[in-house]
Amino acid sequence: MGILEVKGVGKRFGGLQALGDVNLSIEENTVHAIIGPNGAGKSTLLNCLVGKLIPDEGSVTFAGTSVLGRKPHEINQLGISRVFQTPEIFGDLTVMENMMIPCFAKRDGAFRMHAIESIEEEAELIAKAEAMLADVGMLEKREMIASSMSRGDKRRLEIAMCLVQEPKLLLLDEPTAGMARADTNNTIALLKEIKEKRDITIAIIEHDMHVVFSLADRITVLAQGTPLVEDTPDNIKGNPKVKEAYLGETQQV
Amino acid sequence: METILLQLLNGLDKGSAYALIALGLTLIFGTLGVVNFAHGAIFMIGAFCAVTLSKLLNLSFETIDPEKLDFLGNPAKVKTPYVEAWFGPEFGHALIDWSVPLAILFSIPIMIAVGFAMERGLIKHFYKRPHADQILVTFGLAIVLQEIIKYFYGANPISTPAPDAFKGSFDFGAMLGFDPNMIIYPYWRLIYFGFAAVVIGAVFSFLQFTTFGMVVRAGMADRETVGLLGINIDRRFTIMFGLASAVAGVAGVMYAPILSPNYHMGMDFLVLCFVVVVVGGMGSLPGAVAAGFLLGILESFSSMNAVKSVLPGIDQIIIYVVAIVILLTRPRGLMGKKGVMED
Amino acid sequence: MFGLNKKDSSFLLIVIALTIATPILLQPFAEGSELAQFNGGYPDLMQKIAIFGIFAVGFNILFGLTGYLSFGHAAFLGIGSYAAVWMMKLLTMNVIPAILLAMLVSGLFAAAIGYVSLRRSGIYFSILTLAFAQMSYKMAYSVLTPLTNGETGLQLALDDPRILDGAVEGSSLPVTNIFGLAMNSSYKLEALGRVFTFNVGYYFCAFIAILAFYVAIRLFRSPFGMMLRAVKSNQQRMTYTGLDPKPYTLAAFVISGMYAGLAGGLLAAMDPLAGADRMLWTASGEVVIMTILGGAGTLMGPVLGAGVIKYLENIFSKINESVLHGWFHWLPDGVEDVVIWIFARFTGEGWHLTLGVTFMLVVTFLPGGLIEGLRRLSKRIKHGSQKRDKYDDPDPEHRPGPGKRVAGE
Repeated sequence: MGILEVKGVGKRFGGLQALGDVNLSIEENTVHAIIGPNGAGKSTLLNCLVGKLIPDEGSVTFAGTSVLGRKPHEINQLGISRVFQTPEIFGDLTVMENMMIPCFAKRDGAFRMHAIESIEEEAELIAKAEAMLADVGMLEKREMIASSMSRGDKRRLEIAMCLVQEPKLLLLDEPTAGMARADTNNTIALLKEIKEKRDITIAIIEHDMHVVFSLADRITVLAQGTPLVEDTPDNIKGNPKVKEAYLGETQQV
Repeated sequence: METILLQLLNGLDKGSAYALIALGLTLIFGTLGVVNFAHGAIFMIGAFCAVTLSKLLNLSFETIDPEKLDFLGNPAKVKTPYVEAWFGPEFGHALIDWSVPLAILFSIPIMIAVGFAMERGLIKHFYKRPHADQILVTFGLAIVLQEIIKYFYGANPISTPAPDAFKGSFDFGAMLGFDPNMIIYPYWRLIYFGFAAVVIGAVFSFLQFTTFGMVVRAGMADRETVGLLGINIDRRFTIMFGLASAVAGVAGVMYAPILSPNYHMGMDFLVLCFVVVVVGGMGSLPGAVAAGFLLGILESFSSMNAVKSVLPGIDQIIIYVVAIVILLTRPRGLMGKKGVMED
Repeated sequence: MFGLNKKDSSFLLIVIALTIATPILLQPFAEGSELAQFNGGYPDLMQKIAIFGIFAVGFNILFGLTGYLSFGHAAFLGIGSYAAVWMMKLLTMNVIPAILLAMLVSGLFAAAIGYVSLRRSGIYFSILTLAFAQMSYKMAYSVLTPLTNGETGLQLALDDPRILDGAVEGSSLPVTNIFGLAMNSSYKLEALGRVFTFNVGYYFCAFIAILAFYVAIRLFRSPFGMMLRAVKSNQQRMTYTGLDPKPYTLAAFVISGMYAGLAGGLLAAMDPLAGADRMLWTASGEVVIMTILGGAGTLMGPVLGAGVIKYLENIFSKINESVLHGWFHWLPDGVEDVVIWIFARFTGEGWHLTLGVTFMLVVTFLPGGLIEGLRRLSKRIKHGSQKRDKYDDPDPEHRPGPGKRVAGE
């Protein structure tokens, strides 16, 4: 039994069946990629996992707990962190403040009136945040305003913000979309490092086959709202059904 | 039944004014993305255009009429307006009498010029600034305009009568078979409603049926893309600003006989009209018009004695109550579009 | 010191020193000199500056940190005033229970209004708060007359119970006091050709203002303050970080409502009457303007904004043509008339024009408010005339917009 179990999930938007009977099981400590052509329902599926959308049918269970009907922040507190297609960070705040917020969220839960402490006194959390920044190689940028950084750095910061919460499952929504090649390779290297160093499960939605094949342990191919195949990367490469549904439409890897 | 009809009619003229101002506010917001707190001041300036024209036409010279005597027995001084001297007494008198409708012609170029000047001189620099900055700078501008008018015209309301022909009231009751004098309604308010309907219709058909309007509507939907098509959208938006000013201006001109213009009338209307725009849905033109009439009519209904005896004070707060209820049940107002003005 | 770091402590000490010395600092011109008109060191003005400073500091906790622009904050000011006057009518003329009740009641109202209004964001939130405030204002005038005394405003009367104080002797109304020390008593000192007035009411307000300011500094520097800035910056990221923005925003709304109630209570403590006018939307607009004029999101900005506006209001509105004649009598006749005409437009009755022009200039050229202006000035002085590179200070035209996203939309 995997850490995340998706059973018979369906979602309609008006007359459009975005997802139908999706079954998916993600094993602990693996990197699981979900690929598929545009409009296959990848993003809808992801939104159902994090509580942004509520599926019409089926069940989503994370580590034995159902996530259905829970709000996004509650699902995050269960141990699912999400990285967005365009980096979502606190743009007006400094890099260090960006790191402190998830630290407080991890320690204090969804809401706490900690209005009389001073941030400077939180030595333990500061050390934790700095260690994480050092891990992603951004320690020297700690006082920068987050919105003034490059896209690659924003992505790094966002991943660091998710990791500092020590999530059990990290969801990545096209983490290299719109990035230059160098930034893409940096991100791949960073994700590989994370995978090796930490006990973490990663689910990744990606368009770029280069990223998928260099990271994934297992791949699920989604087409028209339902899973087509689920297999190892090597088998996926050779699968004629996948080629027809997906790879045939884009350049060969 | 009679009272309900009467209140419905009573709500129409106020609703018309709300709708006209809200229409301009929404046009400016939808096209330029600017929250214009000076729009009420434009309405006020429009009303003062009527005052100015009526004052100009009434400019008189004094002559001594030897045939008439005042109560002391001296020859009486008689004031003759210049226009009567120039165009003959009858035509001159008619001109004075019709000064408010004439002021519409007189005000349109003025209001367009004011709108252009505002957009080019000030608003243009605020397109990319946060809404709070736009609110503040236009608020400052509104105060300045208000003070200028106050300097020239004083702080007291100036009564500006409608033409004599429309002085009376129309007896709807008799027409519809009710008792006479049950539903009487001043002609001028009826005209105001008709006028508002015509202006609103004109603006809508302008946007609907002309190429210019099509480009503007496209620009409202997606400014960047239209800009990429090589269409000079900025110049058209400047024109839209002038148009919105003209609409608010003529709304003010025609409102002068209903409410004697004073320098703070713009601000009084503005707050209500912002509520109207938001209730209608920020960025939706039909929404603004519908909400304007809806709130005007509701306001007049709630001032009925029957209603007031059940819910005392309801006439004072009805607009705000409705606004709160609508905003809580329909997040983007009556006809709002998704994502407009939510941050 | 008191849980503040070194920089904030010295900052607070400077503020305390300035507040104590205000009666002297605002009296720079000799009595009887032509510039004595500009002296602001009289109790009424100084009290107003302190009180509206509190109001603006509280408003800034909501607007400056979370970015939610409330257009109805004056409602809490008015509610605070009413509550305080009722306390003085029923219990005692001592101001302490009055302002405590003012804070409590306005806090409750803020919780109710905030709970409903915060279900929307952006301009919809602004209009909801405006609608609630206008409703309170209209109801204070009409249905709630038994509580508010309608148009006349709520006043003290000789036959009020005042349980703790006992019956009034004589026919004059009692004055507000703090443990027997009357608010309106002053100590006047004549020195250097000036009259310095040290007023109990002012020092009471100043003491409360410093407390309020201290609390605001603590709040700004706390994890809670950081969360509020996170609300402004990116609500989407906040929810996906396991935080619920709603209670944070509501807490900020209630806190700033209580600041407004405190300010309203103090207004009543200085002058025990309360009118519905305090809740009018223009009053709400005033605090928005004070905050933005000074610099929203900064600690000192709102206080500075409140000071500048109250000073302008009080000083400029008093300058009339005869005062102007006094100043410019040395000019040749024709020139004098022109100069006086121009100045007269901006002073006396026309001080609103000064206000309007000030907004336009500040918003256009100093988007960060007066604090931003001071910062630029001090930078220029420090760096002298050396060439600055383009990253030195942010170009106002290209500064990043409010990058807030609303979760779930």
